[in-house]
Amino acid sequence: MKKVILRPSLFALFFILFSISAYSQDAKVDSTATASAENTDTASSVVPGGDPAKGEKLFKSLCATCHKPYERFVGPALNGVVNKYNGDFEWLYAWIRNNQQLIKSGDSRAVAIYEEYNQTAMNTFPQLSNQDIDDILAYVEQPKPEPKVAVADNASAGGQAQGNQISTDLILAILSFVLLLLVVILYLVNKTLNRFAEVNGVKIKSEDERPKKPLWKAYAENGFLVLVTAVIFLLATAWFGYGYLMQVGVDQGYEPIQPIHYSHRIHAGDNKINCKYCHSSARVSKHSGIPSLNVCMNCHKQIAEVAPETQAKGKEEFNVDYNAEIAKLYEAVGWDKTTQSFTGESKPVKWVRIHNLPDLVYFNHSQHVTVGQIACQQCHGPVQEMEVMYQNAPLTMGWCINCHRTTNVKVKDNGYYTKIHEELSKKYNVEEFTVADMGGIECGKCHY
Amino acid sequence: MKYSILILLCLVLSLSSCADKNNPNYQYFPDMYQSLAYETYQEATIFPNEQEAMLPVEGTIPRGWLPYNYKNNPEGYNLAKAELKNPLVYSEENLKKGQELFNIYCATCHGQKGDGQGWLVQQEKILGVPAYDDQGRAITEGSTYHVMYYGINTMGSYASQMSEKELWQVNHYVMKLKAELEGKPERAFETEKETKQDVENTVEEEVAITE
Repeated sequence: MKKVILRPSLFALFFILFSISAYSQDAKVDSTATASAENTDTASSVVPGGDPAKGEKLFKSLCATCHKPYERFVGPALNGVVNKYNGDFEWLYAWIRNNQQLIKSGDSRAVAIYEEYNQTAMNTFPQLSNQDIDDILAYVEQPKPEPKVAVADNASAGGQAQGNQISTDLILAILSFVLLLLVVILYLVNKTLNRFAEVNGVKIKSEDERPKKPLWKAYAENGFLVLVTAVIFLLATAWFGYGYLMQVGVDQGYEPIQPIHYSHRIHAGDNKINCKYCHSSARVSKHSGIPSLNVCMNCHKQIAEVAPETQAKGKEEFNVDYNAEIAKLYEAVGWDKTTQSFTGESKPVKWVRIHNLPDLVYFNHSQHVTVGQIACQQCHGPVQEMEVMYQNAPLTMGWCINCHRTTNVKVKDNGYYTKIHEELSKKYNVEEFTVADMGGIECGKCHY
Repeated sequence: MKYSILILLCLVLSLSSCADKNNPNYQYFPDMYQSLAYETYQEATIFPNEQEAMLPVEGTIPRGWLPYNYKNNPEGYNLAKAELKNPLVYSEENLKKGQELFNIYCATCHGQKGDGQGWLVQQEKILGVPAYDDQGRAITEGSTYHVMYYGINTMGSYASQMSEKELWQVNHYVMKLKAELEGKPERAFETEKETKQDVENTVEEEVAITE
């Protein structure tokens, strides 16, 4: 502001008034606007008449696919674009509405930027009015907001938190000191009183001093009790021994450490991504495969960092730096964040498989998921709440058969079952029948 | 009695402490547990990168699949946009399947109505998802398929998650959503016969094989 105020021109005065009215909510915008006005000597705000609030909405719905205001993305960072083109708004309008036409017309600046970004064609936006574009430009030309969380951490929250910690520590120290003091005092009082008693010849009554059989001797002499204990002991041994044998080879609760801390809670829970989005082969294949890295990059091309709240939660509750985990993904897939391109150096992620069936079992996901329409959670548990994936079901043979005995076959709208359903329902006079009725517990069905 | 309970408790604790959730449990004579054959997705040292899954030779064509002939560049996009048509019949069945798949793969960002207001967009995780009636993009059957197949800018390819036929089914549903957003009348369902008359399209044959 200083420079402008020093300039004794009416123009500047007008500018100050204008900029204050336009950006009254943000003084910082004001100052950069002034600076650029100095530079280009157009003596107007960077984007006259642009409404950043409206622009933000438009930017987020139309431009944010490829642009970020302060960072290079698919397209260039947009902050400072007005100055770059010397405030040539007509050119910017033309470019934004139909960059293809501009490139074809041989405009040097248009061709230059097209070449710089590897001939990636920008989308056209014929529906935007000049006012809309002004709004968008006003939004992107806002100076980068200070990272609020970090600031809060360092200055206010950090200081306060530290202050709080000191004060709680202090309180704890005082309390423990008081406690210690009380103990010492009580001990001293007790000692003094005892001494008084001794001096005065008062005999302190100790506990009953009758000669007493030790408890174990009394117990050993009671035959009935010993018998009962022996029976209980035998039963318990059998119970626990059998229980131990029955859990050999069962991996329920198996929760290994994965190479990348992938959180199903965030993806399937918070973000409500459908299970089959990533595990798409569950619909059509025997294997519900682990998604390949290209599926990760469908979204993580755009999401390089998690939201600050998510990051904070990860650090506090799970001791995980989510952003570092995303960086691990980029490293595996060979994605260079700064140039927004693939380096071609990829290496597979060695996920640890949790649900393992012995090789002598044939299990097919697609016939359970697509045909049987069984919800994923029925076998895999509440995956959308799992921060780290674990095995929910025992996957034992009894578990499989139990379900086959109680689940009805989905015969409706399935051409394969029309005839057999008709005949069976006529013969046995039933509408529904279970998988077991259909031969779903025969050895050969699963074990060849 | 008190003591025996205590001893039992100790026994249970010592037994249960053997279990470790980071490692798989003990197995008793795992005769046919490990596969001798190569299983999908497994790790095997003889393969490059120790990855069992290897890429097929480039240029080979499996049965029931034909390559997509448009290139992954702006020219290919424009060409597909102009001339590529959906080879599937616009039937209720295809549309229903398309809707189901759309809600799995597309609605997270594009919204169930195709207005660009999916859950991730509402959460501001992913931004800049346009509505299907966006005039600047003016999507067509061909361009939608092209984008689903290759991806465009920040959107990735969905060809690994859906088969060609499924992509075309989604395509039908996307065009239906677009018509809805633009307030156009609903397209009438076709039967097999109608389209078979105006066939003579290579893509048609491709899908016929896939089916």
